[in-house]
Amino acid sequence: MRIELIRRPEHSRTMVVLSPIIAIALTVIAGFFVFLAIGVDPLQALYIYFIEPLTAGWSIEALFVKAVPIILVAVGLSLCYLANNWNIGAEGQFAAGAIAGSVFPILVPGWNGPEVMVAMLVMGVLGGMLYAAIPALLKIRFGANEILTSLMLVYVAQLFLDWLARGPWRNPEGHNFPDSRPFDGGQVLPVLVGSDVRISLVFAVVAVIVAWFVLRRTLTGFQISVLGQAPRAGAFAGFSQNRMILLTFLVSGGLAGLAGICEVAGPIGMLRTTVSPGYGFTGIIVAFLGRLNPIGIFFAGLLLALSYLGGEGMQIALGISDQITRVFQGMLLFFVLACDTLIYYRIRFVRTGQHPAGEAKHGRA
Amino acid sequence: MATGAGAVDFPNRPKGEPLLAAIGITKDFATIRANDDINFAIHPGEIHALLGENGAGKSTLVKILYGALQPTGGEIRWKGKPVAIANPAAARALGIGMVFQHFSLFDALTVAENIALALADPPPMNQLRARIEKVSAEYGLPLNPRSVVADLSVGERQRVEIVRCLLQEPQLIIMDEPTSVLTPQEADDLFVTLNRLVAEKKSVLYISHRLEEVKQICHHATILRHGKVVGECDPQQETAARLASLMVGAELRQLQAPAPASPSAPVRLAVDHLSLPRPHAFAIALDDVCLDVRGGEIVSIAGVAGNGQDELFDAISGETRAGTPGAVRIDGAECGRRGVNTRRRLNAAFVPEERLGHGAVPRMKLSSNVVLTRHATREGLVKSGVVNFTGAREVVDRVTQLFDVRKGSPDPEASALSGGNLQKFVVGREFDRKPGVLVVCQPTWGVDAGAATTIRQALIDLARQGAAVLVISQDLDEILEISDRVAVISKGRLSPPVDARGITREGIGLLMGGAHHGEGAAHAH
Repeated sequence: MRIELIRRPEHSRTMVVLSPIIAIALTVIAGFFVFLAIGVDPLQALYIYFIEPLTAGWSIEALFVKAVPIILVAVGLSLCYLANNWNIGAEGQFAAGAIAGSVFPILVPGWNGPEVMVAMLVMGVLGGMLYAAIPALLKIRFGANEILTSLMLVYVAQLFLDWLARGPWRNPEGHNFPDSRPFDGGQVLPVLVGSDVRISLVFAVVAVIVAWFVLRRTLTGFQISVLGQAPRAGAFAGFSQNRMILLTFLVSGGLAGLAGICEVAGPIGMLRTTVSPGYGFTGIIVAFLGRLNPIGIFFAGLLLALSYLGGEGMQIALGISDQITRVFQGMLLFFVLACDTLIYYRIRFVRTGQHPAGEAKHGRA
Repeated sequence: MATGAGAVDFPNRPKGEPLLAAIGITKDFATIRANDDINFAIHPGEIHALLGENGAGKSTLVKILYGALQPTGGEIRWKGKPVAIANPAAARALGIGMVFQHFSLFDALTVAENIALALADPPPMNQLRARIEKVSAEYGLPLNPRSVVADLSVGERQRVEIVRCLLQEPQLIIMDEPTSVLTPQEADDLFVTLNRLVAEKKSVLYISHRLEEVKQICHHATILRHGKVVGECDPQQETAARLASLMVGAELRQLQAPAPASPSAPVRLAVDHLSLPRPHAFAIALDDVCLDVRGGEIVSIAGVAGNGQDELFDAISGETRAGTPGAVRIDGAECGRRGVNTRRRLNAAFVPEERLGHGAVPRMKLSSNVVLTRHATREGLVKSGVVNFTGAREVVDRVTQLFDVRKGSPDPEASALSGGNLQKFVVGREFDRKPGVLVVCQPTWGVDAGAATTIRQALIDLARQGAAVLVISQDLDEILEISDRVAVISKGRLSPPVDARGITREGIGLLMGGAHHGEGAAHAH
């Protein structure tokens, strides 16, 4: 038996919707065996991981708190990826936004009226944009591979943040904990509902809607798709590849930066040595799981937020390391990318034996 | 209808027991029957033409005969005995050789080394070189076994492929579109070789869509349409038009070409001393190209592929900017340093050679592909940065009507269209704008005869309505059919255009070889 991939004449619209669902199902099945292998009751574990977080009001709130930064990051990344720019460094742009946005509350602690939040958000966005501009300009000017540059810059940003939080920006009244002074007053994002869902949820929803409109209806969105799919056709249309590299990196960096400052000015409330449990990387999974479509990303963001909550739940209920979260996220990305093949190809099973080697092979021997 | 071996008597056909007979060959792919009950026979010592439009099933049949595909049904008889050809090595062992349309040679190796690589059991290099020299002398294929392939012309590379095939002493040689890469003179040399082969009672299966040369050299022809044999004939007894209508299944329309515009008509497209360095190592530098195209005329640029056609197209369309503003002028406006959209707003339109990936985005709908070239032409498809896809779909409908684009749904993805229909779409997309200047590269490349006639007639009609039309093509028949003036591009240099009425295939062929500038020809070797 041999498996062949046959290219479809047109991409399958059914599979666009089905592929993430199949991927989720495969992840659950694979997870079943992972739990079996580490010796816990798989059904109980899957219940704790995927269902239990949805059974209480506070945990649904927590779901949105975690989903907001992931969605903001993923929406920006989706624009990059559609344009064939592989920004892997949202985690670093997230940190850069957090650092830049914290400049006022840490260096001018007395400025804590409502207007300071606007300045903090602007600084956060600019910080993320500037940090994302580095790999973009390296790609434009030197043809440097943005996957490598953007990824390596993540570690630069994280270590710089670590140094700031332990060194110059450490709270002098903080008993030597490596944290900045806590933000207060207007330096903290207003709460929208409940106790922890903040105004940043509105930013995420707005980002989703605007990105959806840009991609669906505007010439800019059209340019992104054309240049991403067929650069030569993009040149024939008169679109500039370099302009689009810069634009998509700036937008995704800006959104990652916004997510960063919203995180430190929201749930965390201060600058710490680490400000993200990997939202920048999770955003990559969410972007693909959401089919690089902003609406899809919104729901995929909620699902991945669930994977964080589930991981925490596992740790508490069964004493399993929360690294299980990463295992699940990795499996999910793996299956999503694999299932994407089904959009452009269908699978055919061929009985082997009757066709000797050499099918569709010709030329020299 | 005459199908099957020797059912009807053809007096000019070599007699004898068929060397190879296909009996009821059928090949199914997933949803398509590519070959349907094909019967035909190749006699010893004949050049047998296999004719058919794109998609008629020629390639599938040839791959089956060469062992690269297995038939779903039917049988192949070799010298009267049923055989199973499991793979190309088995085909070669029987005595079937093949010369491919696209060469498979290593540029950095010598001729002899390339040939040694292809042989199952190569003799020592000295003996091999001697054999190559012997075979190449016998068949009129001059070739130095010590030459490095990178230094050879396209025609010489083809000789390497043929010699390589001949060294295996085949009795049947399959040739897939062998003249598509040759100048007319090189093609004539090839025909001499083919005649020597058949004089030794070897057979040739000759696949081509060039009907004139099939008439010239082939003894017998089998015609395929939609995977079936629709007839066989003696091509020397038929007209090219009759062969074409057999292939298409309908009588072809004759082109209507009214008188061209007067020589005093205004120059609408001017290329003035355009020189450009080569953009990358495998490209051709443009060297002082000058050309005027007047309103009302069709000027064609002939030439063998890879002599600067792509680079010239990009420079005229604006994908590559010229060094000086005056190097390209559209209706008098200098736009050498302006981009493609500025030139489109001057009412110029461009159709590149490569349909998928250059002229159209494969995985985008036709309506999006309308926006691709018309977003900046101020015709309301983009307002305040928002794309009017409804308007784009109306354009798709108009183009569909105008050029009879066949498609499965109202607005499919570009890659779902067949090559011919996509070509009609990308040409029609520009015609729909009623351009004043149209530059089109390979307008009917890979398009069936019916669609080709439609497109050529549209080019003539557009020119006669006052537009300047520049055609870049490698198809000499097409050029002679539609052009008012012809120029030839060779190694990045363009010959002065000459009146198309006074020129012959041979005249163009000499220019293609670079004869219009003596020093260029001297450098060629």
